[in-house]
Amino acid sequence: MAADSTRTGFLSDDELKNGPGIPSEARRRKGAVAVLECLEDIPCNPCEASCKFDAITVGDDITTPPRLTEDNCVGCRSCVPICPGQAIFIVDESLENDKAAIEMPYEYRPLPQKGDIVTALDRAGQKIGDAIVTAVKKTEKMDRTATVIIEIPRDWSMKARAIQLKR
Amino acid sequence: MRRCEMVCVGAGPAGLAAAVEAARNGVDVVVYDENARPGGQLFKQIHKFFGSREHRAMERGFDIGNSFLTEARELGVEVSLNSVVLGIYENGALNVMIRDRIEQVKAAKTLIATGASENMIPFPGWTLPGVIGAGAAQTMANIHGIRPGNSILMVGSGNVGVIVSYQMLQAGCQVAAVIDAAPKIGGYAVHAAKIARTGVPFFMSHTIKEAQGKDRVEGATIIKVDENWEPIRGTEKQFEVDTVCIAVGLNPSTQLIRMAGCKMAYSPVLGGRLPAHDLNQETSVKGLYVAGDASGIEEASTAIIEGRIAGLAIAHSLGYLDESAFLSRRKEQLQSIVGLRSGSHGEVRGKAKEYLNSMMEGQ
Repeated sequence: MAADSTRTGFLSDDELKNGPGIPSEARRRKGAVAVLECLEDIPCNPCEASCKFDAITVGDDITTPPRLTEDNCVGCRSCVPICPGQAIFIVDESLENDKAAIEMPYEYRPLPQKGDIVTALDRAGQKIGDAIVTAVKKTEKMDRTATVIIEIPRDWSMKARAIQLKR
Repeated sequence: MRRCEMVCVGAGPAGLAAAVEAARNGVDVVVYDENARPGGQLFKQIHKFFGSREHRAMERGFDIGNSFLTEARELGVEVSLNSVVLGIYENGALNVMIRDRIEQVKAAKTLIATGASENMIPFPGWTLPGVIGAGAAQTMANIHGIRPGNSILMVGSGNVGVIVSYQMLQAGCQVAAVIDAAPKIGGYAVHAAKIARTGVPFFMSHTIKEAQGKDRVEGATIIKVDENWEPIRGTEKQFEVDTVCIAVGLNPSTQLIRMAGCKMAYSPVLGGRLPAHDLNQETSVKGLYVAGDASGIEEASTAIIEGRIAGLAIAHSLGYLDESAFLSRRKEQLQSIVGLRSGSHGEVRGKAKEYLNSMMEGQ
């Protein structure tokens, strides 16, 4: 049987569980960390080059999926807009009141604005619930890939991967 | 008759890369393209490319196109647009229709980088307005800023299908579904994931049964296929869409290559009947080179490298680049292309290219 994602388009929790780019829960609880949702052997390595902290390793064979060294990652976010596959997210589970923050790439227009209430979607595009936009980042260096940070209940931190605007 | 050192037919990524590389080494180059704008498919590529920095990863296709055009201009490359190369004679001369006149050109070296055209599949309703190629959808949305439709059914889950689906979402269309008769998604998982997380469903092992509508598409029916790709009655699903987008592969544009009498070989993985060529991209017809999709369907990044290799080989054969400089620079490019032809998507293409190279033995 083929892996789920080759039929559905999105990675299942099972496929992600042992991925080389997924930080442990203990690491996520300490603060912002990159989640690399890239498991396929495609030729690509800009994430490795973008990381100044040696937290992302691809190696000489550029079809090796990126490996995260979670203790090196400082959650600096530079890999998020760099990834051509939009497969990198920053997850921060250290927020108070059982909240978490997710930073995700966003290439649709109009952009949401800080303070907007949006709908958080999971990898299959199913609605999870309301999220608040806490920041929208867009600099020249990001080359028209904005990033959006949303705050959500901590339980959703490894589920919410997209947003839908309400306006 | 006009004479020059090098002619490129096609101003896409392969042709422009070759022209720039050759011109940088001193070759006098003329590029013909039948379109009103240069760049081939590059200017439709609004997404960031994969690969390594040397493959210009993270850069968007249209930015790469613009930088090639700037470089070509600075190097004095002539890019002649609205120029259709009608045919090639036995002595290698080309007939070129430029707007309303015909010019004959004879070049010492000719590169054919004519790209490919989209495959279509026939089904009841396929001639209705609203059934379009994925390339047409990209041209409308990304070049002309026109939304091709409001609601789209994408037929084909290869990289073209999933990337164009994403671009249609960016253009403000709804994508009702992506379907494919194959059991597995053909494109990169990350491209599929990008659209799946917005709620676009994938229907694998499904084909289009028909499109309905009076004057244009008003709906479409899909049907599941079994392991022999035969439709299974009773498994139909209906979609209210106004656009059916076809992304079922590409066919290399080899008309000039065949007319020139190049030895051809068959490679299903690379898109069909293709010119045998050596590591310099030269065909069995001396002085005639090929690069990009016309020499096997791959990607813009591989087309650029093949173009560079052809440009270097032409500069070398015309005496602008000495043997050792040529070999070391060709080696860099050949090493760079290996990375793009590995992994579960690329390796089969690498093998098929080796086969096309092997067909040159004894030529």
